[in-house]
Amino acid sequence: MTGPEAAGLALAFIARLVTGAQGHWHGSAPKAEQRIYFANHQSHFDWVLIWAALPDDLRAVTRPIAARDYWTSSPLKHWITREIFNAVYVSRHRADPAAGVEDEDPLEPLMEALRNGDSLVIFPEGTRGHAAEPASFKSGLYALAQAFPDVQLIPTWIDNVQRVMPKGEVVPVPILCTVVFGAPVALAPGEERRAFLDRARAAVIALRAVA
Amino acid sequence: MGDLRSLTVSQQVGLLFVVLFGLLGAATVAAFVRTIRDSSPERRGMQKRLARELRALWVGLVMFWIAWASGPVVSTVLFGFVSFFALREFVTLTHTRRADHRSLLLAFFAILPMQYVLVATRQFNAFTVFIPVYVFFALPVISALANDPFRFLERTAKIQWGITVCVYGMSHAPALLLLDLPAYQGRGAFLVLFLVLAVVAAQIGQEVASRRLRRRPVARAISRSFSWRAFGAGAIAAGIVGVLLFWATPFKPLPALAMAAVAGAAGTLGEFVMKALKRDAGVRNWLGNSSVTGAVGLLDRVAPLCFAAPVFFHSVRWYFGI
Repeated sequence: MTGPEAAGLALAFIARLVTGAQGHWHGSAPKAEQRIYFANHQSHFDWVLIWAALPDDLRAVTRPIAARDYWTSSPLKHWITREIFNAVYVSRHRADPAAGVEDEDPLEPLMEALRNGDSLVIFPEGTRGHAAEPASFKSGLYALAQAFPDVQLIPTWIDNVQRVMPKGEVVPVPILCTVVFGAPVALAPGEERRAFLDRARAAVIALRAVA
Repeated sequence: MGDLRSLTVSQQVGLLFVVLFGLLGAATVAAFVRTIRDSSPERRGMQKRLARELRALWVGLVMFWIAWASGPVVSTVLFGFVSFFALREFVTLTHTRRADHRSLLLAFFAILPMQYVLVATRQFNAFTVFIPVYVFFALPVISALANDPFRFLERTAKIQWGITVCVYGMSHAPALLLLDLPAYQGRGAFLVLFLVLAVVAAQIGQEVASRRLRRRPVARAISRSFSWRAFGAGAIAAGIVGVLLFWATPFKPLPALAMAAVAGAAGTLGEFVMKALKRDAGVRNWLGNSSVTGAVGLLDRVAPLCFAAPVFFHSVRWYFGI
């Protein structure tokens, strides 16, 4: 076993010890198909929780999205996201002529990962929310659904995690959390962007009832 | 009985484990044979429940066996983890707020380990007062410093209560293990087993009695099965187990009966209180099939022990005047 694999197992163990990280599948099965999981976002812990709730074989092919400027800023952060999670890095800023950065479509790294056959976990709210319901979704999910009609879009509800690690705290409190994976949402032919995003958001919120 | 008394301590305890594993094995085989023989739908649900109970018993018994076989340190750590998981389940079901974060961290990562260290080092006086005195004082201070007055008493009280049941109560089980009684060194494991068997016997006795007797429940809104008659039957069942096991305890037959009955009664009353708590939290069963939290139902199983252990522990200390 390599170092990152061992570190990954240790991390998953800790996540399970602290939160239970129970995965419930309602409407989809834990199969190794290419998927985009989209979830509500309340805590830095969200990704680790989804990752720990997935079965081993799915963990290996499911990748998170990480902001390049933050997650490559120190060797440790870079190592964790690159070696353990195999994260897809995105730039948060568009063209910055002063720094000599080319104008890159922020979705391009995601598209490339999907072309390689990887599964992704995205948080379409774009930022961590504190309200009971997730904020309205950003359009990236729609663009990905258009470009990759064959990839399943799985709504995912993460329950309780805001209690484990509220914003500004660093040590997680042991509280049981669940991750509910729902039935795939597909883009209907000719469906409008806003209508689709609202429907996707409703599918995530609907899972709260079964959580 | 004289022959049994003449065995060495570890022979006695070993014999008891052999008997228990044998009984449980026989019960499992019997249950398995019955699943093959008849399988009407309504029976199947009952068999599933029975299978789950049997599995829990296996886990529990193996845990006690490990605790006995591997000595006080390992068993203290083992009980510490049970405490941790029970408290995790308890906290999940109470509505804590962001301001409680620090108090909860303190509970899980400072108070819980500290209490078990006190047990492991046999500082029984400090162990008895640490949570009721010092933690009772420190927790509300930490909570108040978080600057959130919303439902302050309720939140703080719930955390206190969770610690008292899951940590303080539970820690008395390994404490029994380490208690040095006159002419009874090294048999603490047996006392723990005695306590557990008394509690289990009381629960089974009460369950059977409430099914057979069909008395009017005392508090229908909380439990449909709890009646004074059934409760008495449970305590008597515990007492009988106590007498049957007296040969390996430091007690004479009558005190053994009384001790077991007290422990059993405390356990069933504790379970009754837990039922009220669950009703309040809006769950029928800590585990449930699609519970909010994915709670594993550990608290359900250990709560009676958490209530019975301190009562039993202090009865034993009082009885021997130590």
